[in-house]
Amino acid sequence: MIAALAFYAFAGVLLVSAGMVVSSRNPVHSVLFLILAFFNASALFVLAGAEFLAMTLVIVYVGAVAVLFLFVVMMLDINFAQLREGFQRYLPVGLAVGVVLLAELAMVLGGWKMAPDAMNLRFAPIAANTSNTVQLGKLIYTDYVLIFQASGMILLVAMIGAIVLTLRDRGLTRKQNISAQTNRTPADTLVLVDARSGAGIGELGIYRPKAPEPVAAAHDEHHDAHHGDHSSAGGHH
Amino acid sequence: MLAVGLGHYLTVSALLLVMGIFGIFLNRKNVIVILMSVELILLAVNLNLVAFSAALGDLAGQILAMFVLTVAAAEAAIGLAIVVIYFRNRGSIEVEDVNMMKG
Repeated sequence: MIAALAFYAFAGVLLVSAGMVVSSRNPVHSVLFLILAFFNASALFVLAGAEFLAMTLVIVYVGAVAVLFLFVVMMLDINFAQLREGFQRYLPVGLAVGVVLLAELAMVLGGWKMAPDAMNLRFAPIAANTSNTVQLGKLIYTDYVLIFQASGMILLVAMIGAIVLTLRDRGLTRKQNISAQTNRTPADTLVLVDARSGAGIGELGIYRPKAPEPVAAAHDEHHDAHHGDHSSAGGHH
Repeated sequence: MLAVGLGHYLTVSALLLVMGIFGIFLNRKNVIVILMSVELILLAVNLNLVAFSAALGDLAGQILAMFVLTVAAAEAAIGLAIVVIYFRNRGSIEVEDVNMMKG
C-alpha cells in the first residue's frame, strides 16, 4: 500500500517535471526540472527492484549529463526569448502528434497480454537471495562481456569526438615545427669570429641569434573578429 | 515483484515518451531543449525495460537499460559539443539554419 502510494507520488512528480522541462520559459529551469525528473525516475527504479540501475541513473544523469547541460546553457550567451518565437505556432501540431501517439500507445496497451510461456523464456531469472548488483555484475562480465566492451568503446569514441569537436587552436600553444627543425643549418645559427687574444665583449659586441619567423595565428584569422588578443599571441622567443 | 501493476509503469512510460516528442515539436528552435527531450524519451525507454524486467523477473532488461544509459550519455556529450561549435561559428543555436552544416 505504501509502495503503491509512493509509486503514484513519484510518477506524478516525474510527469509534471517532464512537462515543465519541455514548456519552461528559461532553459536553466528546464535543466533543473530534468534533474528532478531523473531523481523521480530513479525512485521508480528502486520501487521496481533495480537498485543498481537507480543509483547509476542518479550518478550518470544528475552527476554528469545534467551538469553538462547546465554548463552549456550557462556558458553560451544565447538570446532565449528569440528562440521561443515559434512556440505558439508549433503548439497545435505538437499537440496533434502527441494525442495521436498517445492514442496509439493506449490501443497497444489495451489489447496487449503476456505470452503464456513468457516465464519459461526468461534469459536470466532473478535469484531471490543475492543482491541486484551482484547478479548484474555476474551477467555483465560473463554473458554480456562483448557488449560491455563495445559500450566502453562507444564512450571512448564519444570522449575523443567531443574533444576533437571543441578543441580550438588559438595560437597560444607552442608546438614543434618539424620542417623548421630539420631545415636548420649551422650557417643559420653559428658565426665564426676572429677574436683577438684578450679582446672582451665590449670590443666584439654581442651576437644575438636571428629571431624565428612568426608562426601560427595565420590559419586562424576568422576567429579574430571575436577574440582580439591574437596580435600578441604568436610571440618570438 | 512490482508494487503496482505492470500497466501503471507502462502508462507512466508512455506519457513520458509522448511528453518528450511533444517537447521536440514545441521547441523547434532550441537545440538544447530538443536534446533534453531526447533524454526524456530515452528515460521512458529505460523505465519500460526496467518495468518488464521486474514483472518477468528477468535481469536481461536491466542490463539493456544500462547500455541505453551509456549510449544516452555519449549522445548528450557529442550533441552538446556540436551545439558549442555551432554557436561559436554562428552566434546562435537556431535549428532552422543547421542545414548549412552540410558540405
